[in-house]
Amino acid sequence: MEDILARAQKVAKEAEVFEVSSEETQVRFEANRLKQLQSNQSTTVSLRIIKDGRVGYATTTGTGDSQRLVNDAAETAAFGSEAKFKLPDGAKYPKVEIFDAAALAVPIKEMVSLGEAMIAAITAHTAGIMCDAGVTCGVITVRLINSRGGKATYKKSFFGLDIEGNLIKDTDMLFVGDSESSCHPLSDPNKVTDLVLKQLDLAKNRAKSPTKTLPVIFTPNGVAGALIFPLLSAFNGKTVLEGASPLGDKIGKLVFDKNFSLRDDPTVAYRPASRPCDDEGVASQRTPLVSKGVVKGFLYDLQTAALAGKKSTGNGSRNRGSLPSPAPSALVITPGKTSFDEMVGDIKEGLVIEQLMGAEQGNILGGDFSGNVLLGFKIENGKIVGRVKDTMVSGNVYKILKDIAAIGSEARWVGGFLQTPPFYCKGLSVSSKG
Amino acid sequence: MPEIDDVASSLADELKKKKTDYLGARFEENRTSHITYRGRGLESIGRSTASGGNVRALIKGGWGFTSFNDLDKLSDRVSLALEQAQSAGSGKSRLALIEPAVDNIPSGVAQDPVSIPLAAKKRLLDEYNEIIWSIPQIKTSNIGYSDSRKKVIFLNSDGSLISQSRADVSLRLTAIAAKDGEVQQVGLSLGSRGEFKAIQGLHEQIREMSRNAVGLLAAPQAKGGEYTVVLDPILAGVFVHEAFGHLSESDFVYENDRMREIMVLGKQFGAPLLNIVDSAAEPGLRGSFKYDDEGTRSVKTYLIREGKLVGRLHSRETAAKMNEKPTGNARAINYRFPPIVRMTNTYIEPGKMSFEEMIADIKEGIYAKNWYGGTTSMEMFTFSAGEAYMIRHGKIAEAIRPVMLTGNVFNTLKNIDAIGNDLDMNQGGGCGKGGQMPLPVSNGSPHIRIRHCLIGGK
Repeated sequence: MEDILARAQKVAKEAEVFEVSSEETQVRFEANRLKQLQSNQSTTVSLRIIKDGRVGYATTTGTGDSQRLVNDAAETAAFGSEAKFKLPDGAKYPKVEIFDAAALAVPIKEMVSLGEAMIAAITAHTAGIMCDAGVTCGVITVRLINSRGGKATYKKSFFGLDIEGNLIKDTDMLFVGDSESSCHPLSDPNKVTDLVLKQLDLAKNRAKSPTKTLPVIFTPNGVAGALIFPLLSAFNGKTVLEGASPLGDKIGKLVFDKNFSLRDDPTVAYRPASRPCDDEGVASQRTPLVSKGVVKGFLYDLQTAALAGKKSTGNGSRNRGSLPSPAPSALVITPGKTSFDEMVGDIKEGLVIEQLMGAEQGNILGGDFSGNVLLGFKIENGKIVGRVKDTMVSGNVYKILKDIAAIGSEARWVGGFLQTPPFYCKGLSVSSKG
Repeated sequence: MPEIDDVASSLADELKKKKTDYLGARFEENRTSHITYRGRGLESIGRSTASGGNVRALIKGGWGFTSFNDLDKLSDRVSLALEQAQSAGSGKSRLALIEPAVDNIPSGVAQDPVSIPLAAKKRLLDEYNEIIWSIPQIKTSNIGYSDSRKKVIFLNSDGSLISQSRADVSLRLTAIAAKDGEVQQVGLSLGSRGEFKAIQGLHEQIREMSRNAVGLLAAPQAKGGEYTVVLDPILAGVFVHEAFGHLSESDFVYENDRMREIMVLGKQFGAPLLNIVDSAAEPGLRGSFKYDDEGTRSVKTYLIREGKLVGRLHSRETAAKMNEKPTGNARAINYRFPPIVRMTNTYIEPGKMSFEEMIADIKEGIYAKNWYGGTTSMEMFTFSAGEAYMIRHGKIAEAIRPVMLTGNVFNTLKNIDAIGNDLDMNQGGGCGKGGQMPLPVSNGSPHIRIRHCLIGGK
């Protein structure tokens, strides 16, 4: 890395080298049986330079040579965007706990047993169900150096459990599943499988959904799948800078329900999305996005912040070594006071949505979403009576989150990047074949 | 940097000597360039190189797989894959027999797209972006261009040693219009087997796309419910890929008895006018290749013929376990992943009807065009149109907001009651499965008509 930086400084005024190495071991089960053991090793090195005021950039994975990387970056700098930012010098980073050696010390045999235990729990509950499952552990090492003396290095462990089951009767297919991840080793398979068993219990009976406007409860998985995508783009500093975010001119204004609070938080201990600094070496911070319904801020990387006249919020993210752009680390929604059971009890006729298929295909910028209920349930007179199928819901996130019936008291991490309680929303448009 | 050809040939003898049911290795090197615009300005321009490999072993039905981009100590990687397979296996290995092949397939493009100077690529994209921004009420735009040149060497314990090169070009443009808090967008997605020409000369198409985005601001939203829907070739191609193609991937079928009952060959899936094909053997499309990532030769596979299920897509393992012939559909997006059963070029064969005949007797229906996205859960699918129009009394009427179509695959295939004479293949986009995305594929179809299709809306 130091060699690349030295070569780069010969052709450019400023330079930054970013390296991510990962080692991962995975145990995969298919159709209820152990299928494959897998290991992946990879290292990606990215070089960003500022030459004659413009950004040049190149990346290599594998055994590419240093000089070629420098040459490629120099070629692109001729056309690169104008660098408005300064690379950070020796910044101080908060202490964020993200490494537990125990996560890497779990023997393969134990990982296999964990997978077997997950599958046993599901197949013992429901005859004929076919499960795919995985147990994954690994370590990611990040190193960054730049020509202004900036330097960052950290190591992160991760451990994950995932299971998906499918149950087929004639041509009727039921899909259930959940996952859990941590920087600690996970030793209790029941936490994940209990969630799946609950899905299976609720899906036992079939129910009919009418075509009309209905109240809907989104479970944490439902929130992640349906409501979060539109918000991600609206809070992205780039969307705001372009004037395309519906929230761009709403700082300090009450846009959402006063019980709704959302923040970006890369500092939660032992969460796989946490880190002491972002991928540009800017210190991690908690960034409030919505506080009691009022829009508080947006997510920035260095360049976007400079263009917008703001400060980076430490959200410069590089996917596989690409140029940084603003992205959330981990989103946290503040829980409310209503339990899930109270929400259900309050509804005369409505739906619970666990998985919505295709929600990300809508007009995300405008907040519209629409999707097929892949896993969802009907509520009648305060009770969940069965699974609904052939049902579409559509709505607008801004309208829904402006006036929420209730926010749940039980928050959990879903999809590795979001901690959220269930949401009880007043009225969504539902169309159904029954 | 070690040459992957040398690395591969040095390993060939070692693979044959090991005691195992199967041992394979893959090495690849890849050069890409990309340019992205967000709004008026260029957002990112860059070049990247990647190299790496993997070793895959099968013992007693259990797979070991190890990927790496450090090409030293290959013997240790082989040993690791063998150990992994040993730990995973407890049954019997079954792989369909294929003829070992020694072959060298060049990329077939006259000019490597990656080597075209970035300045020339940028000039073209600047022209396109100017056009988008020249339309009033366009708020912003997104452009993503990328190209790649890739060489993959595959070898296995049966004696195969195959080197295949390919080039790929893809372009996606989006025009975003906004007015009074309303935001609408229209996109265009294109790709080619490395021919840069395929993305040149799109100026008029891009002007029309941008105008359409503005037009949508004033367009009403369809009322949700069941409609007779006509799909254009692009969207019908997405439909055949999403709604039926994934179901014919037999890795989901072969160990699942209930799924096997659903997908029993000979079963009637649609009207006799319906024929569906997957074929990597068609030349020059983005999903085309001579050998798949297990070294199996590609063939043209009929999935549905005259409405009946007649075939499915296989890897060597799924073919053996179902006592069917391998089809050459085991594909991996890169060396980091083991190959899994994937589509290649999937299409509905053309029929006889013209577009005018197809809409003539529709009193009130929807004409859905262009692709925005699509996904499936086997039984249920959703896909999104990029543009939509009402059909009234046999004529195309007013534009409406883009619609999302959803339904049950089995019912919907049966509800296709007209197939056009105008097959067109769509080379844009890519397919995702099992975390491997975007895999180059192409989809195609003539115009098709579907009765009783569920549309999401107000």
